[in-house]
Amino acid sequence: MGYKITAENFDSLLKNLSKEYKIYAPKRFPKQGRYSDTDIVRYDRVYSADEIVHDEKSDYAAKEALSPITETVLYFTDADYRESKVVDDRPMLVFARACDIHSIKRYDDIFLKNGGFEDSYYKRMREKTKFILMECPSKGWDTCFCASMGTGSADEYAFGVKFNGEEVLVETKDSEFNSYFAGNEEMDFLITPVLENERVVRIPEINDKETQIAVKSLEMWKEFDKRCLMCGSCTVSCSTCTCFTTYDMNYTSDSNAGERRRINASCHVDGYTDMAGNHSFRKTGGERMRFKVMHKIHDHKKRFKEHHMCVGCGRCDDKCPVFISFSTTVNRLAAEVDKLNGGNE
Amino acid sequence: MENLIMPTPYRLLDVKKVTDIEYLFRVEYPEAGNVKFGQFMQLSLPKVGECPISVTDFSATEGWVEFLIRKVGIVTDEIFNLHAGDLLPMRGPYGKGFDAIDIKNKNVVIVTGGSGLAPVRSLINHIYRNPEEVQSMELLFGFKDDSSILFRDEIINWRKKHPMVLTVDKGCGLDGECVGLVTEYVPHLKMVSDKFDDLEVVIVGPPNMMKYTAIEFEKLGVPAEKIWVSFERKMSCAIGKCGHCRIDEVYVCLEGPVFNYSQAKYLID
Repeated sequence: MGYKITAENFDSLLKNLSKEYKIYAPKRFPKQGRYSDTDIVRYDRVYSADEIVHDEKSDYAAKEALSPITETVLYFTDADYRESKVVDDRPMLVFARACDIHSIKRYDDIFLKNGGFEDSYYKRMREKTKFILMECPSKGWDTCFCASMGTGSADEYAFGVKFNGEEVLVETKDSEFNSYFAGNEEMDFLITPVLENERVVRIPEINDKETQIAVKSLEMWKEFDKRCLMCGSCTVSCSTCTCFTTYDMNYTSDSNAGERRRINASCHVDGYTDMAGNHSFRKTGGERMRFKVMHKIHDHKKRFKEHHMCVGCGRCDDKCPVFISFSTTVNRLAAEVDKLNGGNE
Repeated sequence: MENLIMPTPYRLLDVKKVTDIEYLFRVEYPEAGNVKFGQFMQLSLPKVGECPISVTDFSATEGWVEFLIRKVGIVTDEIFNLHAGDLLPMRGPYGKGFDAIDIKNKNVVIVTGGSGLAPVRSLINHIYRNPEEVQSMELLFGFKDDSSILFRDEIINWRKKHPMVLTVDKGCGLDGECVGLVTEYVPHLKMVSDKFDDLEVVIVGPPNMMKYTAIEFEKLGVPAEKIWVSFERKMSCAIGKCGHCRIDEVYVCLEGPVFNYSQAKYLID
């Protein structure tokens, strides 16, 4: 079941929805890109259809809607701590690609399952979030490899949309939204999944501890020592990087009041492993690249069993200032692991 | 829903100088009965932030926990500004402690380097007070020099009951101690049992010290399964969310800080 909705009607539909829901979508921020006179497309609140950037891959991932780059978790006055509250507690609707919807399952692994503790900040956002699946071009974009990661189609969404010139095609899924579509032209429509990308990535078969350890001393990592700038661009744009650092911000220097925040952290950036006394681990670009790659295509799955951390969005490749390609690195690693496993390259 | 990162303020009972750079902070903690040897807590100062610190000793009956703190970081600098009677917010205890080791009727060998003595002190004190629980306890402590020796009074008491080797990298130590690294003295330990069936070895100290000390024990034929180490890593949350302490698929805050060496020897950062 589906609908064909005119651009004008879709716009009113969104305006109606935004009274009951907080709606997030990829949005253009002119001249805020990395290079002069370039734009950036990132997630933000939208209130009308023309704000949504639907014909490009967003520079940053949908995770920003649920887990902001900076988030206040506690307020304090002296030693009196108070939890930050969500004042506008309307449910959220997030326009997202299939890979982005999958990335939220990785967030669930960490914030709801890891250690058997549920993170209350993430949970309160997650429980009230529904996704609107945005159809991708048939093969995605040039750096995408979602088909290789099995994330080119998604199941968990309220309804799906395809922006088709002057009209929007809608695949209905969650009956809660039927009333919003009533009165529009009915048609059979299903979102087309991405089953194939230009870029094909082969995940290495690391089935035993010996191979996992041998991977740590591969020569290939040393190439990144000079090349990787350790800037963290790849991890900020990554759909699935969940790490954060906690820091306290005091409102004024002469008061004991302030807030405790979480801010996104990157395993590529200096300071990530720093402990008191100046001890730290993984100091070189190669060691950090190895740590990230292994997390995305081996370690996470080994721990949680279900799926790899990486969803194949390719945003890391898009953002790297020195053109390090994650997907190419994974393919290289697969060839190295073949050698370790005694096979041919 | 329970907020797992919410600290609770507790009253600081006493601050005692241990060395020139390390102080012992005793904090009122009525839930001390829940603490296990080798666990850590997040000390959580408003305006400054949080850091994980090992519980160096605790008393379930008197309701306190103690932390040995070296002034080497942003949070610890601020803790040094606190005085008895002030409030110290904390959360925890976290992590797997030395309770992972079954010490009952075992020959327990404990080797520490520098402030590595702090996380293992509660276990030593427990065995010191309840020597009947183990067959024997043997101690090997290494310190940089005389002035960095921790818990001198307790060491004097411990060695009245238990064989002990105390080494200093330089100087002369407490009283006729050995000069050199702890690794040199591993082969001289008694360790009682030949076949190591009843042996449990605990090694805590800087990463290299733990690695090379464990290798010395392996050279003597001690199986990795009989060796235990405690890791220290940066942590922001201590509950498996922030990612800083992860090595491979392992989260030190959840699966550690105490690891069996058969696992730890493969956890290479």
